[in-house]
Amino acid sequence: MVPAPVNAQVLEAMGQLFVSLPHCETLGMRWHGTDGRQPTLVVDWKPELVGNPATGVLHGGVITSLVDTTSALAVCAHLPDFETIATLDLRIDYLSGARQGLPVYCTAECYRLASQVAFTRAVCWQETPGQPIAHGVATFMRGSSPIPMVDRSEP
Amino acid sequence: MSEFMQRFGQLREANDYAGVIDAIPYAKLMGATFEETDGGLLFALPFSPHNVGNTRLPALHGGLIGGFLENAALIHLIWNRESRQTPKIVNFSLDYLRSGKPQTLYAQCEITKQGKRVAHVLIEAWQEDRARPVAVARAHFLLSAA
Repeated sequence: MVPAPVNAQVLEAMGQLFVSLPHCETLGMRWHGTDGRQPTLVVDWKPELVGNPATGVLHGGVITSLVDTTSALAVCAHLPDFETIATLDLRIDYLSGARQGLPVYCTAECYRLASQVAFTRAVCWQETPGQPIAHGVATFMRGSSPIPMVDRSEP
Repeated sequence: MSEFMQRFGQLREANDYAGVIDAIPYAKLMGATFEETDGGLLFALPFSPHNVGNTRLPALHGGLIGGFLENAALIHLIWNRESRQTPKIVNFSLDYLRSGKPQTLYAQCEITKQGKRVAHVLIEAWQEDRARPVAVARAHFLLSAA
């Protein structure tokens, strides 16, 4: 059995927040689901997200934003309470181009939550998770800002 | 030579910077610009609300900063090469040093190595003060088809 999110409320609220952020909304990023503490977000293929019009392959920057956001969310699946986190570094390996017309999914996992730093890995895939098109590793600083990302005074 | 590279070559000859951005849909969506300066190509991303990733600070989205830098590296590489083969990105590594404020983000690149098969490009991004970078990155590109 896969372990449940440490605080389901945090994961759900941060998931909703992340996909609603202006840049993520511009990309059309959506919540796809979570397998325990491994959330999946998705971006649909759209002509304005293309990097090379001759091939229709999505721009690498779209993959970068998807990996960054999903990885941050994977950290949230391990957080006991709301906390502001910030990406410290990120590396993406492009295994193959994101094919025209198909959505790109990203599934991420936080494999170590230390007191100050969280370590993540992520895969992007189109048809099946077993055929990844990109792989990302990232680290996040915990408690990066006293200003909470979620305004909890809102109803 | 691909249709894309043929078009890029024509645009470079005409110094049509905006034309290059227009040819890359996602670069256009971000609102990236660039021009030739004495120090080489200078890339700029004027602030736009749709690039925000933290509405409460507010700050530019980290992924967006990555996309802008990766795009800069690719354009910089093609612009400075004679070959008409499209470089293919292998990987991209990015260190975030400061949060991206709601103002113009600048970037400049350096081709550290250009071999037969692989190129290595360093990218640096800053806002009001170049000595206080927002992010530094490096990218590897494949230069030839197998």
